[in-house]
Amino acid sequence: MSETIQILQQNLGQALWETAEMVLISGIIGVVLGTLFGIFLYYFSNPLFSYKPWVNATVGFIVNAIRSFPFLILMVVLIPLARVLAGDPYTPMGGTVSLSIAAIPFYARLAEGSFTDVDQGVVEAACATGASFGLIFRQVLFPEALPSLIRGFVLTLISLLGYSAMVGTIGAGGVGNLAIQFGYNRYETGVLIVVIVILVVIVQVVQWLGDKLASHFTRA
Amino acid sequence: MSQIEINDVSVVFKDHAQAIKAVSNVSLSIEKAEVFGIVGLSGAGKSTLVRTINGLQKPTSGHVIVDGVNITQASKKRLAQARQKMGFIFQNFNLVANRTIAQNIAFALTAGGYPKEKQADRINELLGLVGLADRLDNYPGQLSGGQKQRVGIARALANDPDILLCDEATSALDTETAEEIVEILKDINERLHITIVFITHQLEVAKRLFDRVAVMEDGKVVEQTTAYDLFADPQSAMSQRLVGRFLDTEVPDEVRFKLRKTPGQLLSLRYRGEDSLDPIITKIATETGVDVNILQGRIEYIQSRAIGVLAVFVTGEDSAVQQAITQFKAQVDYVRAVTL
Repeated sequence: MSETIQILQQNLGQALWETAEMVLISGIIGVVLGTLFGIFLYYFSNPLFSYKPWVNATVGFIVNAIRSFPFLILMVVLIPLARVLAGDPYTPMGGTVSLSIAAIPFYARLAEGSFTDVDQGVVEAACATGASFGLIFRQVLFPEALPSLIRGFVLTLISLLGYSAMVGTIGAGGVGNLAIQFGYNRYETGVLIVVIVILVVIVQVVQWLGDKLASHFTRA
Repeated sequence: MSQIEINDVSVVFKDHAQAIKAVSNVSLSIEKAEVFGIVGLSGAGKSTLVRTINGLQKPTSGHVIVDGVNITQASKKRLAQARQKMGFIFQNFNLVANRTIAQNIAFALTAGGYPKEKQADRINELLGLVGLADRLDNYPGQLSGGQKQRVGIARALANDPDILLCDEATSALDTETAEEIVEILKDINERLHITIVFITHQLEVAKRLFDRVAVMEDGKVVEQTTAYDLFADPQSAMSQRLVGRFLDTEVPDEVRFKLRKTPGQLLSLRYRGEDSLDPIITKIATETGVDVNILQGRIEYIQSRAIGVLAVFVTGEDSAVQQAITQFKAQVDYVRAVTL
């Protein structure tokens, strides 16, 4: 018991920090680039803007291809890229590379769905004013899709939290690594339980915050 | 040249296996400052046709010219400019739910390049015009249907358009609210001389608002006439159907049942003008020896001109009744024998 506490005291703080680093950085990269891809997919699939099925199909294919990789495989395949971008692939920053690459297409599909769900009539009304796409995006598509984009972000963060445990196993650190190294390999069940409880709490809090935020931006 | 010229426009939707011709070789000329209506049943292609006017729908063939600009072939920039001069009002209002009323209108103003610092005044002016000056900071969800449509009108008027396109603008509203919206549009047309193209299946609106009207059926324009003539003397089968339902005499089943036992013919009559038909009825009755009972009668006003609607039951000997019907047909604008 005292050993469990000792392990946690020595490692938990840093592990949490590493997890936060990996999940938040890749989450933000995923949301920013994913939104761009999402809006790109939407733009070329809506007859009101530019209906080009082949553009949508091509980008859609790439997005699907990345998404069809099991994350464990994607992570291994991306080790060379992580080395180029982050120097050492076996660090939290190295792990962030593969997490980001996974997060971008994941969020791209969610964002595309959020934009597609915006009432086509409202978009039509916006087009009828002669507004540019940029203006329509900022003042119509984005505010209307925002609650759904936030829910997608929460979903992405929670998925990334799970994936971050996997990058932990190849040495990128984080709470996943802590649970495997001590909890599993060294039979420290106490550490395992504490980590699981912490993860459950984090997921609940993130979901709760996301729902709050989403409903804050819903005025209908 | 007319303000809006629709030249031989067709719109075909390809849906996997089959092609659906939503609009079929339609040509229309709409003049400046008139209220032009397009009526027809749902699915007749009205909404698709009106969207070709501001390029929300690209015609498969044919072209549309608005104020000399070929909308069908216009560049993106030219089309945006043309759209700023065409307001569009929708059946379901289509306001941005997560933005305030003021922001919804500001969007249209920004789209039209209206200076930022003058927008607040303009928004107040527009909302004043539709009687919603105090709802600036409300969200659309806090307004009733009629109020949302007023915002829709204010948004459509934001950039001083020359044309207002209305797609079933009153169809989602109750009768009273629909009348209010019609009055606002009528007022706008009269005061600002904005051309209005109004699509509806509601003949009540046609009666109150339209100057001229086109009737659509299966993507084709089957009749084009003045609003008054549409009601007084519908030519096509579709117009007769639409107007018939609106202007027809409705004889209650109880009366029909009684009449069924009496030999004779029930006639539905329509005639122009406010004069009474009494002299004609008396004359026909005397000449042919039939009895003519007036079951129902009313006068409808369209563009301030009257149309009389009557239901009469003609009884007597068969040959006399036939003779009376022939005489009615010769002397009254519209006669329909109603089977009981």
